[in-house]
Amino acid sequence: MQKSLDTINDRIRDGTVRVVTAEEMPNIVDELGEEGALKEVDVVTTGTFGAMCSSGAFFNFGHADPPIRMQRVWLNDVEAYAGLAAVDAYIGAAADSETRGSEYGGAHVIEDFIAGKYVELRASSTGTDCYPRKTITTELLLEELNQAIMVNPRNSFQKYDAATNTGDEILHTYMGTLLPGIGNVSFSGSGVLSPLANDPAHKLIGSGTPLFLCGAEGMVVGEGTQTSPSKGYGTIMTTGDMNEMDTKFCRAATFTGYGASLYVGVGVPIPVCDLETVRATAIRDEDITTSIIDYSVPSRDRPTVKEVTYAELRSGRIDLGGEEVRTSSMSSFAKAREVAEELKGWIETGKMECNLPVRRVNAAKAAGPIRQTHRTPRVREIMNGIAPCIRSDETVKAAAKALMKGETNHLPVTDNNNQVVGIVTTYDTSKAIVLEKPDALVSEIMSRKVVVTNPNEAVDVAAMKLKKHNISALPVVDENGKPVGMLTAIDLGKLFGGKWKW
Amino acid sequence: MVKLLISINRKSGREPLIARTVMETGVLINVERAHIESMTGQVLIDVPAADADKVIATLERQHAGVEILEEAVRRDEQECVECGACISVCPQEVISFDEDWHLCMKTENCVLCGKCVEACPHKALSLRK
Repeated sequence: MQKSLDTINDRIRDGTVRVVTAEEMPNIVDELGEEGALKEVDVVTTGTFGAMCSSGAFFNFGHADPPIRMQRVWLNDVEAYAGLAAVDAYIGAAADSETRGSEYGGAHVIEDFIAGKYVELRASSTGTDCYPRKTITTELLLEELNQAIMVNPRNSFQKYDAATNTGDEILHTYMGTLLPGIGNVSFSGSGVLSPLANDPAHKLIGSGTPLFLCGAEGMVVGEGTQTSPSKGYGTIMTTGDMNEMDTKFCRAATFTGYGASLYVGVGVPIPVCDLETVRATAIRDEDITTSIIDYSVPSRDRPTVKEVTYAELRSGRIDLGGEEVRTSSMSSFAKAREVAEELKGWIETGKMECNLPVRRVNAAKAAGPIRQTHRTPRVREIMNGIAPCIRSDETVKAAAKALMKGETNHLPVTDNNNQVVGIVTTYDTSKAIVLEKPDALVSEIMSRKVVVTNPNEAVDVAAMKLKKHNISALPVVDENGKPVGMLTAIDLGKLFGGKWKW
Repeated sequence: MVKLLISINRKSGREPLIARTVMETGVLINVERAHIESMTGQVLIDVPAADADKVIATLERQHAGVEILEEAVRRDEQECVECGACISVCPQEVISFDEDWHLCMKTENCVLCGKCVEACPHKALSLRK
């Protein structure tokens, strides 16, 4: 049996359409069977509500008198992209305020506009014959703009990798606070309700598909940036009129230590025309697997700690290596349900009809990494390869001598197996000598918490370590923990003016 | 159990305040958090409800300020979107989802560590001053 889209839209128009949410669908299919569900259900509504950093909006402010060609534009001190003609600009949700940092960003400007608040526009220009004006400052309401069109390049990930931290320091990421020693797991996505998880073949969600976007009747532009449907990580590009949006479904956020982001509510109605759609929308949290990734590895290819299902993640606790670890969601399931329910109401009352994509997206696509034509400098290339060390059972006096001889301020301390077990600085030895303890052992005065790097580590990562710990040198150790050199703040200076162009 | 937030000034800060209170009242005090600076400090303790009055009186006699803590962490329901980013960072398991995925809080277990405040993307959580 098949059901045509026209039949479904006729039922929407005459009010007899049967709409269920993607959360209700699996049980209906279990109860009625696939054929029965196809007969019974006309539309399945989906929903998700989570942080979607790759979002933003186009504005047209209207012309001023005398006119200005806005070459740079700030909205509440958040810079918007103005490399467009005259009075157009695009604000990105993740842009930070120039005066308030990540406390306030493009996402907050979008929320303030939708909330009906005044937003200050500042623009500047070099001035031309046709656009003589050089600056303008004015306060604007959303309704006063000619256009405010949200266009989100990457929304509604089919599913997303969960995050944990095997390191020994707390991490502040766009996946939230990750406690050290696998202290927690953070995940995102609405699983059973996720729009693309209910159409993994991208058969019904493509260019022109109507959708719910932050409370507005929007539509799918086409494939989202970085989409990887062949790997189960599809995304869509979405658009909608900001004037129809509601802050109930569009919220600015700030992730501590990361920056601003926008919580976006997206829902797509899926017309149930055939058995394939019935099967796809019968998906449950138990059927959707994702990987838990270790964010303590500062690399693109972070190791997977475990494969899990959304059902496990949403249970609140998962087992990781015999330990029970608590999970946190970054996206709101309560809100995702609200989106799916609201959309259900729209279809039932005929506010929105269903449509097939005007053009389908390529479901075979996979996102790749960037091609890097310029090498990133590694620690090996700028470190000091002749780093004197001292053994932990030597005296303070010996350490002071070694520091002087090496003309250095830091000495890695090694044990009998030549493993780095600490670090001693000129401050430590001076202090011991002032206290008249020249014969004390290095092990008594050394810092045991030693932060190290390795020769293959990217210099950026090593520099982050120096900054984070407020220190000025890192012992460089090989894969066996043996010292092979020292990287100091002074070495970082080698990156400037030499063969490395920044 | 009752949570008491003790504020100490420099004068009482030099005295073994908690130890003396335990000695004098015979009540076993559980210190949940302590934050002492040069001029002031705050200590969060847990005592059996029946002994609270006795403990408060003894502390106040030693010039410490004592406040019964009923609502430690606060949630602004307008700002909160019920994502749950706060849930797994809380060492006391104060926050959880109910069966409808709405957020609920057992604020009596809060020890004012502030981890959830930092973890909330929507600035919906705050600690009682």
